[in-house]
Amino acid sequence: MDLSNAERVVIIGGGQAAAQACASLRQFGFEGAITLIGDEAALPYQRPPLSKAYMKGELAEERLYFKPAAWYEDQNIDTVLSVRATGIDRSARTVSLEHGGSVEYDALIITTGSRPRALPVEGADLDGVFDLRDLADVERIRPRMIEGQKLVIVGAGYIGLEAAAVARQLGLDVTVLEMEDRVLARVTSPIMSAFFETEHTRQGATIKTGARLASLHGADGKVTTARLADGSELAADIVLVGIGILPNVELAEDAGIACSNGILTDRDARTNDPHVFAAGDCAARPLVHYGRQGRLESVHNAIEQGKLAAAAIMGKPRPPEDCPWFWSDQYDLKLQIAGLSQDYDETVLRGDPESRKFAVFYLQNGKLIAVDAVNSPPEFLASKRLIMTGARLAPETLSDTSQSMKEIAASAV
Amino acid sequence: MAKIIYVDHEGTERAIEAANGESVMEAAIKNSIPGIDADCGGACACATCHVYVDEAFLEKTGAAEDMEQSMLDFAENVKPNSRLSCQISVSDDLDGLKVITPESQH
Repeated sequence: MDLSNAERVVIIGGGQAAAQACASLRQFGFEGAITLIGDEAALPYQRPPLSKAYMKGELAEERLYFKPAAWYEDQNIDTVLSVRATGIDRSARTVSLEHGGSVEYDALIITTGSRPRALPVEGADLDGVFDLRDLADVERIRPRMIEGQKLVIVGAGYIGLEAAAVARQLGLDVTVLEMEDRVLARVTSPIMSAFFETEHTRQGATIKTGARLASLHGADGKVTTARLADGSELAADIVLVGIGILPNVELAEDAGIACSNGILTDRDARTNDPHVFAAGDCAARPLVHYGRQGRLESVHNAIEQGKLAAAAIMGKPRPPEDCPWFWSDQYDLKLQIAGLSQDYDETVLRGDPESRKFAVFYLQNGKLIAVDAVNSPPEFLASKRLIMTGARLAPETLSDTSQSMKEIAASAV
Repeated sequence: MAKIIYVDHEGTERAIEAANGESVMEAAIKNSIPGIDADCGGACACATCHVYVDEAFLEKTGAAEDMEQSMLDFAENVKPNSRLSCQISVSDDLDGLKVITPESQH
């Protein structure tokens, strides 16, 4: 459906996808009204540094923001902050707001993001127990991140491990609890899990895998103790919870928009309502390089879908759909990931993990589908392109460090 | 403060005032300078803020470090004066710096 005569675009949510949609709409020549409705107090900002440089105190708050407040004024974008959208009326094409009133749209972009999965144990509401998702969360946590304090992190995913690295560098006593038998179990291979577990241990963090948190206990309402399912106890001044996120699909679902682990979109980020788009963590999109639909929790995905939605609204050609990519900073390690490794049937190691500079390639039926590259940008960047071309590479070629990644890429079929 | 001049691949110049300590990439993004994507926000993770540094400023901007250089090796149309603009920190010294943005960051 052609929406190029649209005069009013409303964006629900104020994260990376929302910021991108604003910028792309103006870049593609949209001159109508843009209203951004965000439930946080802050203008759109970068989330990745919250568990990295910003948490560590190495990045000033103003550097988190994509654009200064003046930009939204200059671009005539109405930012409605600290306000929750409460409903979407698709026949009237309005979004209702929590303090009353509503906003009309010709095109709607839902970028409601995701929320941390709640810790399902007794004591989760004690003072000192935190999620790590928003700027406001970090503002609460940071003053407590003092040398010598005992920090228990629940969940050894990227957020948990990044926070563990920051906390160790700040001199906290860190224990990470993971239910699975290895760290990063949901997202990477055993070889990468083993590497990161070794690294964190070497840096002085205690990693407990196969450890289930049973309950949290405290004194005067403040957490003091974490009790595990095996009956053991850990002293805790701070508990950080990083056990995954859930997409915020309720607004869309209540409005009858098709959802299935995310708001379902086509390649243009359009939902089953032609006037409604979805982008970022909350959306389940066609993963064109993998022949399936899925939800990605990444900066790349938020940017790309924000652009796709803006282009579709403006009737512009579809922007390129890149190979999915992601990164994580822990200590002096830069992990760069290209592709989606799910359903791999073979791994190939290139380089030596001991040297802290190596990569693991993931193949499926001989085709390169993903790479995890530690301090190895060439492996990451070359793979990003090779994955998009559906390249087939022999394991012995990928592991041959006497050949550069440029040479290997040139030999791909 | 330093004046930074961004020249796009068609030769159009755009000058802005950048604050000390911010990167040449951040100053571009905040001022909506076209031609710089900076998808990762300055983490040296994506190589989408590639610029060519005007020869006159090469000494002042210094050379790329290892991680940056290995990212640049895979950028399109890389030249000896290529840099990732997220890795160039603005200072008074760089007043008048001219950088040229490539036709594409991908």
